[in-house]
Amino acid sequence: MSAAQSKPRDTVKERAELALNNAFLRKAVKYTTEKLRGGKQQAAEEHGNWEAWRERGRQIRLHTIAHLDYYLQEFAENARANGVHVHVADTGAEAVEIALAIAEQKRARSAVKSKSMVTEELHLNQALEGIGVEAIETDLGEYIIQLAGEAPSHIIIPAIHKNRQQIAELLSKDAGETLPPDTTVLAGFVRKKLREKFLEADLGITGCNFAIAESGSMVLFENEGNARMVTTVPETQITFMGMERIIPSWSDLEVMATLLPRSATGQKLTVYMSGITGPKRQEDGDGPEEMHIIIIDNGRSLQLGDPEFQELLNCIRCGACLNACPVYRHIGGHAYGGTYSGPIGAVLTPALQGNVAEWDDIANASSLCGACYEACPVKIPLHDMLVYLRRRKVEQGYSPTLERWAMKGYAAVMSSSVKLQRTLKLGKLGQKLVVRDGVIKARIGPLEGWNRYRHTPGLPEQSFRERWETLEPDIRGSLQEMDAGMKERMQQLVRSRSEGNENQGKRDSSEGESIRSDAPTAYSGKRNSDRVDREESGVNKGKGGGNHG
Amino acid sequence: MKVSLFVTCISDAVYPRVAEAIARLLARYGVAVDLPPVQTCCGQPAYNSGYWQEAREAAKTILDAFADSDFVVSPSGSCTGMIHHYDKLFEDDPVYLEKARVLEQKSYEFTQFLVHVLGVTDLGAVYPHKVTYHPSCHGSRILGVKEEPLVLMERVKGLELVPLPFAEDCCGFGGTFAVKMSDISGAMVTEKADHVLESEAEVLVGLDMACLMNISGHLQYRNEPVRVMHLAELLYEGVKQT
Repeated sequence: MSAAQSKPRDTVKERAELALNNAFLRKAVKYTTEKLRGGKQQAAEEHGNWEAWRERGRQIRLHTIAHLDYYLQEFAENARANGVHVHVADTGAEAVEIALAIAEQKRARSAVKSKSMVTEELHLNQALEGIGVEAIETDLGEYIIQLAGEAPSHIIIPAIHKNRQQIAELLSKDAGETLPPDTTVLAGFVRKKLREKFLEADLGITGCNFAIAESGSMVLFENEGNARMVTTVPETQITFMGMERIIPSWSDLEVMATLLPRSATGQKLTVYMSGITGPKRQEDGDGPEEMHIIIIDNGRSLQLGDPEFQELLNCIRCGACLNACPVYRHIGGHAYGGTYSGPIGAVLTPALQGNVAEWDDIANASSLCGACYEACPVKIPLHDMLVYLRRRKVEQGYSPTLERWAMKGYAAVMSSSVKLQRTLKLGKLGQKLVVRDGVIKARIGPLEGWNRYRHTPGLPEQSFRERWETLEPDIRGSLQEMDAGMKERMQQLVRSRSEGNENQGKRDSSEGESIRSDAPTAYSGKRNSDRVDREESGVNKGKGGGNHG
Repeated sequence: MKVSLFVTCISDAVYPRVAEAIARLLARYGVAVDLPPVQTCCGQPAYNSGYWQEAREAAKTILDAFADSDFVVSPSGSCTGMIHHYDKLFEDDPVYLEKARVLEQKSYEFTQFLVHVLGVTDLGAVYPHKVTYHPSCHGSRILGVKEEPLVLMERVKGLELVPLPFAEDCCGFGGTFAVKMSDISGAMVTEKADHVLESEAEVLVGLDMACLMNISGHLQYRNEPVRVMHLAELLYEGVKQT
């Protein structure tokens, strides 16, 4: 197995269809993503200097990935000096083999796990079950979906697609008695049950949010305290770490610890942040006797040196792009078909596997609105990457024939205004068959899907170009004298352009001074979270910020 | 001083009234726009679908059309935003790459041009209606056009601007996305229209006719009487009344 997953048999369209027809799922996903992105926006505003920190975060990630070999070497040396067994795995299969070998050597019967996306990528639980090791997820959300036999549908909130009632039913089955859909009761049941599992576990398995090169430490972010139990109670700890999880120093962690929880859940601080530097020492009260870190490539190094995708490795797995994405909001995570969902998943899944053609369709599940980029705490241009993926598919000859013809037609028409005029004239003739009251309602040809939700405007008698012949003299007749100051300003802009001052007179209103002279009005595009119906909400679904490394 | 209209294919073919409103409004400030005839489409439908060779065919008409213009004004943040991708599109073509860099500097979305170049925020318009505003994604995220339309509307007499819930969420257009992923797009435009209705506005304005065609097409489909228009149309109607 060279890659983590093979291609799912169905298409993103078919998977999205399932979600679109699932009212429970859509309501649950909307409810939680709204809460999370609202929280993130508020946390960023309260921070006061968010854009500068975001840029700093990006720079740290860019620098680290550009010198990844150096920092990995430094990390591995320091971790070994701390007494950690450091392993390196090229593929997911290798990483699993290493872990199974450790489990067998320890004669392990059970493993407790804290939340980790990389172990989902490797399908570790199934592999452990295969050698008779019971793997128990201890993050509440992960525990729920493990019971359901599903995969996480969100990087931070694995059970985001389930509502409180569904969760109560799952946990009641587990308990052998009917539990009420009450958050305190449900969480209390899981807590009690997991406590026993922690005490009897032979292995503690974690992911890794950040690895600190300068000290060889690994850092976990979580909210439930389960990761701390996983890393203190069992005798042996195995940490799975994607090779890009590294940062140079503890002072870089300060930036990440500011960006990650705020972006993930809107929290200023994660509830538990554990930095672990080696196994238990003599003077320590607790901790594992033996500690392993498995550093995993599994397609990550394919991005190194690729100018269009290298920044993917900057991702800190906060899930903010999922919460901001208007497509994810309607179709949830499973529609993406891979371990990672949302905009980051749509790019990461094909990129990690280097098989764009087989995964091409998830890149199509985006309107390219750019909300993901705007939400990303390290400014990964996911909306651009989605276009690059689509282009690679076309270049490699995997695009559908009909689409190829349509685009050839588009290029032929748009390569010359004369041809465009001719085509519009034909269109005006042809539309007589289908336009009624100025609109087209027929679900025909390319309008089949579009017109299932809309009416299409017909073409007016005259295009603007045709109208221009009579319009231009009319407008010139009414032309006013230009204000001298305005003229001077325009000339100044043209001059400064030739002097190389870019973007003069195009102040981005999101930066710098306001263009208003008075106070802003009450209008703002802010969300109105009070509108949200709280009835169908999930329990806290394993309230996020778990170690998602 | 040559100010040219980048009319955009959709405004040329489907919404000539929007381009006319812009030309007439600018004339009030002494700007006589010209309309270079060779322009067709910015190339975005092909670019976004991954057909860059085809996109270049269209984009070259834009680069040629405005080679000797001093300012290029368009009624679309998305089409102007596409010009910002030309450096990538033509990275292997030194001649067009240079043209692309020059064009990017001198192109403006309509409200950018009005506010930042002409320095006009109060057109003296009157428009006594309840209006809500959809900030289209590319205009606001690629070009950073956020406050300009709000400032222009604040100064329109009688205009009551009401908030659009989740205004910054995409309407679901996304070009070929709306055709390829029609059900996801349909879910998105349905929700957008729900929010427009929730705002209780009589009029929805925006700065991009593609998004507005999507939202108005859906409102019509639902038989909802909300009027949908480009901000330039609203301003022109507003100054005609005075």
